[in-house]
Amino acid sequence: MTSVDASRTDSERTVRVTVNGVPREATVPVRRVLADALRDDLGLTGTHVGCAHGVCGSCTVLVDGDPVRSCLVLAVQVDGAEVTTVEGLAREDHQGGQVLHPVQEAFRECHALQCGFCTPGFLVTIAAGLEARDRSAEITEEEVDELVGGNLCRCTGYANIKKAVRHAAATMRDAQ
Amino acid sequence: MTTKLFGEPVRRREDARLITGRGRYLDDLGAGALAAAFVRSPHAHARVLDVDVEAALDVEGLVAIYTYEDLSGPMAEPLPVLIPHPQLHAPRTGYPLANGVVNHVGEPVVMVVATDRYVAEDAAERIVVTYEELPVVVGVDAAREARAWVHEDVPDNVAARHHQETGDVEPALAAAPHTLSFTQYIERSACTPLEGKGVLARWDADDGSLRVHSSTQASTSVRAAIAAKLELSLDRVEVIAPDVGGGFGVKIVHPWPEELLVPMAAIRLGREVKWAEDRREHFVSSAHERQQRQEITVGYDDDGRVTALDVHVWHDNGAYTPYGIIVPIVTATQLVGPYVIPVYRVVVESVYTNTVIVTPYRGAGRPQGCYAMERTMDRIADALGLDRADVRRRNLITPDQFPYDHHLTFQDGRPVIYDSGDYPGLLDKLVALVGWDEAEALRADARARGKLLGVGMALYVEGTGPGPYEGGHVQVLGSGKVLVSTGLTSQGQGHETVFAQIVASELGVPIDDVEVHTGDTRRFGYAVGTFASRAAVMSGNAVALAARGVREKAIRIAAEVLEANPEDLEIDEGLVKVKGTPGASVPLRTVAVLSNPLRYAFDEAARQATQFAGPGDDSKPPVAPGDAPGLEHRDYYSPIRSTFASGAHAAVVEIDPRTWEIDVVRYAVVHDCGNVVNPMIVEGQVHGGVAQGVGGALYERMAYDADGQLQNASFMDFLMPYASEVPDVVIDHQETPSPLNPLGIKGAGEAGVIPGTAAIASAIEDATGRRIASMPISPTELYDLMRDETAERTAASQETGVPA
Repeated sequence: MTSVDASRTDSERTVRVTVNGVPREATVPVRRVLADALRDDLGLTGTHVGCAHGVCGSCTVLVDGDPVRSCLVLAVQVDGAEVTTVEGLAREDHQGGQVLHPVQEAFRECHALQCGFCTPGFLVTIAAGLEARDRSAEITEEEVDELVGGNLCRCTGYANIKKAVRHAAATMRDAQ
Repeated sequence: MTTKLFGEPVRRREDARLITGRGRYLDDLGAGALAAAFVRSPHAHARVLDVDVEAALDVEGLVAIYTYEDLSGPMAEPLPVLIPHPQLHAPRTGYPLANGVVNHVGEPVVMVVATDRYVAEDAAERIVVTYEELPVVVGVDAAREARAWVHEDVPDNVAARHHQETGDVEPALAAAPHTLSFTQYIERSACTPLEGKGVLARWDADDGSLRVHSSTQASTSVRAAIAAKLELSLDRVEVIAPDVGGGFGVKIVHPWPEELLVPMAAIRLGREVKWAEDRREHFVSSAHERQQRQEITVGYDDDGRVTALDVHVWHDNGAYTPYGIIVPIVTATQLVGPYVIPVYRVVVESVYTNTVIVTPYRGAGRPQGCYAMERTMDRIADALGLDRADVRRRNLITPDQFPYDHHLTFQDGRPVIYDSGDYPGLLDKLVALVGWDEAEALRADARARGKLLGVGMALYVEGTGPGPYEGGHVQVLGSGKVLVSTGLTSQGQGHETVFAQIVASELGVPIDDVEVHTGDTRRFGYAVGTFASRAAVMSGNAVALAARGVREKAIRIAAEVLEANPEDLEIDEGLVKVKGTPGASVPLRTVAVLSNPLRYAFDEAARQATQFAGPGDDSKPPVAPGDAPGLEHRDYYSPIRSTFASGAHAAVVEIDPRTWEIDVVRYAVVHDCGNVVNPMIVEGQVHGGVAQGVGGALYERMAYDADGQLQNASFMDFLMPYASEVPDVVIDHQETPSPLNPLGIKGAGEAGVIPGTAAIASAIEDATGRRIASMPISPTELYDLMRDETAERTAASQETGVPA
């Protein structure tokens, strides 16, 4: 009988990826999905796996700025890419503190999370969507529906998540 | 007082970590731990003839494989019947790993431990289990027919017969001016939190102690169960619920097989072991709920007043009964809702099927009871040609009837005595909020747009905050930080915020000084758990009592320091002050330091409390008899019985008669949970509950085929609502405080979900004129119903524009 070793050297690759602005490197089995590589190899456990089949959106991260379900992408596929996770949404201020992204602020202000498990996926998806649009324009309900429509949340009933999107859009417009 | 925070929409203190990716959920812990995976039964009912692990042994990274043969002592015995009941005459539970027979798809048969989950699953898929398939029982009707048996020693498939009556129902029905009899069904859904279950165990061989993290709603009892099953002394086991990604009931059940097997492996291997449930595992091995067949006979007078009610519930409990018959008892006792039911009889038969176990899912039997009672009200209204709101109003318990005794025994063994409420008030607010009396105009408008519109309503009363007790501990540190702990767990309800509000208000300190810990047996060992909308009622009152104890002690000590009468002191913003005397105050943190007489001065604060720091009275011991060092207090709240929250919901649905798509266009909620600690959080609970109610009415069902295979065990196929399926919700509040507890509060966690199925069924019936007697209902099923010439029409059936 042949020995089965999925982690043997010839099935591993070294992946170089910029995560939240920091160059990172990990040697991973080729079958490892991005979500597991982020969580287990890079220690970024803010990205959560809710279904592992691409439906719930909890594991969403940004790859070169676009939302991607990290449970459906292999780590080796993002070699050379820029990845943003929920840990990378806030930016540092000049005193070593943290300035939250307007979407993060809005989620807290509007009570848009309860258990918080699905929240990282919503946050990165909405942040990317709000940054890609014309900030000076009033956000429409269609836009709000589009930004929250692809992720599952079992706690909030979505009303406050939609409210947070409007709130964040208004903050980003006023900050211009 | 400036620190009064009770009742304010305080922003949540847990959010800072959760929105930045710094939450600590189960699978975020234990980096580098070994991983467990399970071989689960692919059959609904089978004998396990052989387990061949040979092919798995060569998988590099495999650490251990366990089958039933590897279990010993209490681990080789059946899992506990957690909540026994005298009328649960044939309780059956599974084993941690299958012992010769499997009774549902997904039952664990083999546990594999390996260096990571990928490798564990590689090994698991190489293990060959040989089964001999047995006849399968799926659904209440098949269980009743009993052509096959789930458990060979339970030949009628009946686990329990539960019976309660408040009078002689048969003569009362015979004497009733009118009677109606009908049968209706409700199908299965499930909690489906976004985070599945999970367990992480670490054995400290030198210390002989076990530390377990579990994504549970009941860490103290998981601890007790692990200690019992693994034959460890309770003090050698600690269980912590970390951040939990939603529960909704499924995580109150314990010990799950994995909660015992993972610690067992950690002990045997001397290594940290972790298991995080994946989505398919959650569908086929965690619990479901809701499925019932309800046979109802009601007697009523010409005005629509109920004179007698006779209900026979056939409840599907799945393959085992680890959680007893809590769900059907709740159905049986909460069914009567806000109404005067002069004579009531309920018989529940709880039956085995070869499906996943049925244990509480948010609402825990109440949605089914509400569905039975509210659909009965609709039928009475229809039969008499009366308005559905009017029939309800005539049957309501009135505010002058409290406390109202239904002469029933609740799930906690205590009488169903409603403590307070104003049900006519709820109904009036609902009628106004949803525009009930303008429904005809809405219908006409919809008709003009080619749509069918209907309105429906449902009222409920919910027993919340059952005992036996919860405890709270409050401690003021010399730094001024106020530590609060309670043993009850959190799954997203905002307990860190709500309990901090209560303690800050009671003690008179800034909320930023308060730090709350929940669900950690190292901090608080006595607790029951988070279920039955009980956290705010139970732990909220317990931490309030503990804070009051601290306050009393602080004032006593401060009175000596300030040479003032205790009655003249108040605590505000963390300062103990003499009322009306500016400047005469001492910080609470100083009182904390002084409360603990010291020999050693390890910092500046401690220096104030050392034996040579102050004058002292050398005729008395430094710690007075009956006193204790430290500014802390532990207290418990144990209610005489549950407190009863209430509410009324209305749904407006629009149906497209070409596609039969059902759209909930408006959803109105009037909610009464007594005094509200944090209205933002209560509204959040209502929103989330309504979304689950709508999901349960229109989208979610566990679709088992006749072989007991769950056909939709993924989020691709099980239609949990996205934002696009959830209607806008309008909410109005009413507050009738509970007289039973110091804070006057009632539970709010489950309320939102309870009336959804009943209200939406009523609205669809109103829109279509067809009797809706089985929920949930899909567009396809509605289409079939509309085309069925034999389908029952309501007397109020209108011209619906159904295509010929």
